[in-house]
Amino acid sequence: MRIPILKLHNYLLISIQIDLDDQTAIQFQEDLLNKIHASGATGVVIDLTSVDIIDSFIAKVLGDVVTMSDLMGAKVVLTGIQPAVAMTLIDLGIHLQDVPTALDLEQGLIKLRQELEE
Amino acid sequence: MDFQSCVNIKKEWDIVGARQLGRDIAKKIGFGTVDQARIATAISELARNIYLYAGSGKVCFEAIDDMNHKGLSIIAIDEGPGIEELSQVMEDGFSTSGGLGAGLPGVKRLMDEFDIVSEQGKGTEIKVVKWLR
Repeated sequence: MRIPILKLHNYLLISIQIDLDDQTAIQFQEDLLNKIHASGATGVVIDLTSVDIIDSFIAKVLGDVVTMSDLMGAKVVLTGIQPAVAMTLIDLGIHLQDVPTALDLEQGLIKLRQELEE
Repeated sequence: MDFQSCVNIKKEWDIVGARQLGRDIAKKIGFGTVDQARIATAISELARNIYLYAGSGKVCFEAIDDMNHKGLSIIAIDEGPGIEELSQVMEDGFSTSGGLGAGLPGVKRLMDEFDIVSEQGKGTEIKVVKWLR
C-alpha cells in the first residue's frame, strides 16, 4: 500500500489514514524523501489525525524521516497526534523531543511558515 | 465473556492483524480509547518481537471476568532462540535490532501485569494483563 503525498506550492502534505504496517511505513519514508528531492519542497506536514496507534517501530520511522528530511533541507511538522496516542508514546518511553509538532494541519502550516521564516 | 482466541504471527502483516483483533476484544470488554491504544500498542510490540527474533509464534487473548475483576489477558508465545539476558532486555534503550529499545520495558509500563519466562533454545512466553477500572 502507498500513502499519497500531495504537493501544495512549496509544501508537501500527507494525511495517514490507514493502520500502518512496517512495510508501508518504510515505503512511505522512501517515497517522501524521493518526493522532496523531485519537487524541491521546503516544508512537509504529516497529519496523524486518523492514526490510532503508534508503536515503537512506527515512532522510529516517523522520527527518522523528520531527521532525514532535515538533512535534505526540508522541515517536517507532525500534526494531529491523538490524546490516546500521546499518552501511549510516553508510557512506551518515546518522547520525540526534537520533532516539531502542531495541533492540526492549520497550526502545522503556520509552524512551518515560522520555521522557514517566510 | 469467556473465550480465548489466538493470532498466528508468521508474516509482518500479522502484527497489524493481532493488534486489530486485540483492540476489538478490548473494546468489547469495555476499555476506553486510551486503554485500547495502550493494549493495541503492547500487542504490536509483543508480536513484532516474535516476528523479528523467533520468526513465528502466536499471540492469544483471553477475557477475564471474575466476581469483581474484569480484564484482558494476553499471552505471546514463541519457540525461538529465547532471551539470553533477561535483565538486559528489560532495560530502557537496550536493543539488538537497531530499534528504539522501548519494546519490553514499554510493554510493562503500558500494562498492569507482566510476566516473562524464557529458556534458551526453547522459546519465550510473555503474559500481560490489563485490568478494567
